Amino acid sequence: MSTEYETVIGLEVHVELKTKSKVFCHSTTEFGGDPNSHVCPVCLGLPGVLPVVNRQVVEWAILLGLALNCRIASFSKFDRKNYYYPDMPKNYQISQYDLPICLGGHLDVEVDGTRKRIGITRLHMEEDTGKLVHQGTITTTPYSLVDYNRAGVPLLEIVSEPDISSPAEARAYAEKLRQIIVYTGVSDGRMEEGSLRCDANVSVRPRGATQLGTKTEIKNMNSFRALQRALTYEVERQIEVLEDGGRIVQETRAWDEGQGVTLSLRTKEEAHDYRYFPEPDLVPLVIDPAWVEEIRSRLPEMPGARAARYVEQLGLSAYDAGVLTAEKALADYFEDCLALYPEAKAVANWIMGDLSRLLNAAGQSVDRSRVTPERLAGLLRLIDQGTVSGKMAKEVLEVMFASGAEAAQVVKERGLSQISDEGALLDVIRRVLAENGKVVADFRSGKDRALGFLVGQVMKKTRGQANPDAVNRLLREALREQG
Amino acid sequence: MVKLLYQKNIAELHELLVRREVSAVEITRSVLDRIDRVDGKIKAYVTVTREQALAAAQAADQRLAAGEATGPLTGIPMALKDNMCTRGVPTTCSSRILANFVPPYDATVVERLAGAGAVMVGKTNLDEFAMGSSTENSAFFTTSNPWNPETVPGGSSGGSAAAVAAGEAVFALGSDTGGSIRQPASFCGVVGMKPTYGLVSRYGLVAFASSLDQIGPLTKTVTDCALVLQAIAGPDERDSTCAPDPVPAFASALTGDVRGIRVGVPGEYFGEGVDPRVAGAVQAAIDLLAAMGAEVEETSLPHTSYALPVYYLIAPAEASSNLARYDGVRYGYRTPASDDVVDMFMKSRSEGFGAEVKRRIMLGTYALSAGYYDAYYLKALKVRTLIKRDFDRAFSRYDVLVTPTSPTLPFRKGERTMDPVAMYMSDLCTLAAPLAGIPALSLTCGFVDDLPVGLQLMGPPFGERTILRVAHAYEQKAGHWRRRAEGAWEQ
Repeated sequence: MSTEYETVIGLEVHVELKTKSKVFCHSTTEFGGDPNSHVCPVCLGLPGVLPVVNRQVVEWAILLGLALNCRIASFSKFDRKNYYYPDMPKNYQISQYDLPICLGGHLDVEVDGTRKRIGITRLHMEEDTGKLVHQGTITTTPYSLVDYNRAGVPLLEIVSEPDISSPAEARAYAEKLRQIIVYTGVSDGRMEEGSLRCDANVSVRPRGATQLGTKTEIKNMNSFRALQRALTYEVERQIEVLEDGGRIVQETRAWDEGQGVTLSLRTKEEAHDYRYFPEPDLVPLVIDPAWVEEIRSRLPEMPGARAARYVEQLGLSAYDAGVLTAEKALADYFEDCLALYPEAKAVANWIMGDLSRLLNAAGQSVDRSRVTPERLAGLLRLIDQGTVSGKMAKEVLEVMFASGAEAAQVVKERGLSQISDEGALLDVIRRVLAENGKVVADFRSGKDRALGFLVGQVMKKTRGQANPDAVNRLLREALREQG
Repeated sequence: MVKLLYQKNIAELHELLVRREVSAVEITRSVLDRIDRVDGKIKAYVTVTREQALAAAQAADQRLAAGEATGPLTGIPMALKDNMCTRGVPTTCSSRILANFVPPYDATVVERLAGAGAVMVGKTNLDEFAMGSSTENSAFFTTSNPWNPETVPGGSSGGSAAAVAAGEAVFALGSDTGGSIRQPASFCGVVGMKPTYGLVSRYGLVAFASSLDQIGPLTKTVTDCALVLQAIAGPDERDSTCAPDPVPAFASALTGDVRGIRVGVPGEYFGEGVDPRVAGAVQAAIDLLAAMGAEVEETSLPHTSYALPVYYLIAPAEASSNLARYDGVRYGYRTPASDDVVDMFMKSRSEGFGAEVKRRIMLGTYALSAGYYDAYYLKALKVRTLIKRDFDRAFSRYDVLVTPTSPTLPFRKGERTMDPVAMYMSDLCTLAAPLAGIPALSLTCGFVDDLPVGLQLMGPPFGERTILRVAHAYEQKAGHWRRRAEGAWEQ
């Protein structure tokens, strides 16, 4: 009988903050730009320059720390992490070593209906590095190009406790963390663009063992899916090694998305001695508790609380509330619509249904949609006024989504408006009655279903633009008059 | 005897300028001519910025002619140690690795001096990256002491001190990490001051040891020192370690009166390793201060002997990290041929740095390494605190402390280059002040064998006014400042 294993995972998540300027200078953090155009003497590490901390970075570190239930240090400092690599202008990274700004938080995640609390060891501030471009590897390429546009962009590193016990749990933790990061507004948390990066420490041990197994560190996981796949692979690999009587080597491994495997990058013997020491160019941070409280008061409503409010105050289902609050942008959009058109259920249905379908198909985020809350509310009002039917509104929304036009304009331009003009409808009805004498006779003899046929005929003649309610009412009146 | 323009000090030249008796261009030409005449022998300068200097002097004359408000430094020719960044002018740190480096920006002190109308005539020689006590570690050449060209000018700001002493600049800026302003000031017979850590912005000063480095003036008189310090001191948003407080007026402290000033004389600074002739000159100065009405008392700074080992752990540790950026990737020297990126790093640095710089990078890297950090670097930080406490205690009882600046007279070139520890010993008396972050000034207190002896005055943090007051009163009474470094070598 084979041994049963348990998995121990800890995650290190790096978040790029969307401050306007870099963490220690005034250079812009904007994405793109020509290589080495978003730089200055400070982030290029020229001789004689000095870093000065961007206050916004400290503030956002505290904000995110509070959102993750951390304790905010009253005394914190920066340290230098020394290692040579050409993407680092100074050949040291300014980071935080033994006195990080936030400590001891937690995050609750849910996997398969089970709730679990994952501890957060620490959250600290540091600077990002530049980017290297070369052919093959850095040691074999004939030359490398360096772009320092990202060098000095502020990062927060969030280190979890080794509380995570499955790849699915790791993914749930990472997704929940991203949700909170985006909610606090400190980062857009795009894993594919690298503004959110995730490394994992993984080990396995026979169930019940008290000592932790030897861990490996997994890097290069560029999506939540990749995170789960990589960890699933790595756990299986480790178990296989142990089952074969082997030993786990403490090492750093990279996830290869194409091959679906993790590959050894470097072993512990090659590991760096970073020679951390206090950054003498910066003064320690003494955090005023009043400032922390002021930041706490600005903490936005977190997704859980927001969903609960939708259920209690707006009468939405728990499922709908969950979907709407999954992304802050979607919940914000929902509330913006609600302010203009206060029918929660209707708004929720349109957002979760047709609009989400269009957004997904286009790969667009709701905050960049051309159907603004004003325009969606405008469409819903046209439905209420009977100008368009629900079915027609779906078509109208598609046009609005593609063109960015107002609902009323689309209706007008396409001639989609319902025929509610009673005179025009009566003409059509009279013609239909004249053409269908037998059906009219059937109706009079008590066959109610005949009315449906007549309505259908009217709709056909009006190419579906007649207001169905009006047709029904006018038909009954006409039949009564004739009889 | 009538002094030539280049021989005059800031205060004298300012008088002449405001009375329109001479122009800034005439003063600048006088200094440039002096450089032409003697710098072949003294070798104070790495770069002379002749055209730029004359243009700046002309601009100063225009401001003076227009009757604009001008400060005491307007139109005064000065020199900068070549580890302060100057936009468009090479900043070499007297190192092969930065020999071709031209900064795209000015250091804060450079901006402030330019704003005050001072005229930069050039950049002066130093021990490579300010590591040394004689300028013999310059990758380019050794500067000569104007009092005796066979001896060293001290270091690392030896070029700046020699330039002022030889009349090749009316004043200069130096940087002090373990004595690099004060020891050359002592050797060259000029006034040199290391201000309180944080009084002067370090932005644009190429870092050696960030927690110790401080820029300060090298001048002909204490009054000039106060004037230059006033121009460069003060808060700077580009340097977080710079004190945010407004700067007091320094010149008004120069009352000429030391009555009631409490002077402490720490016995540890007069012991083994101190040349008795130096100790004698310093004792004479102390006696004079007492005669002038200062209350002199012997005292003790018990942790003094630890300053040297503590300094040679902390300064190299910071240097090992500060100098990591010189890798040939973005600027500076790059080896012409290499196999890969690691090879390029190693060759560029091996070929670009001199022996002393490499020695300190190795010392510092070792002190910070895993397994040694606690025993060396962390222990050194703790002892640094003890040294600071010695001073805190002393300054609860004394306004200033008086010691020799250098334990010896200027030594002969080559005498100590093969013995790094003997070289380190020449900073014995100057290492503690930067470790404690306190201000200290050196001025001439006598001559032995026609070589100047320096007196060091130390004060509590931001106690510059008191130090300047005592130094000024002593200088005026003793009169050594009148003696100029001119000798047979000039003919």
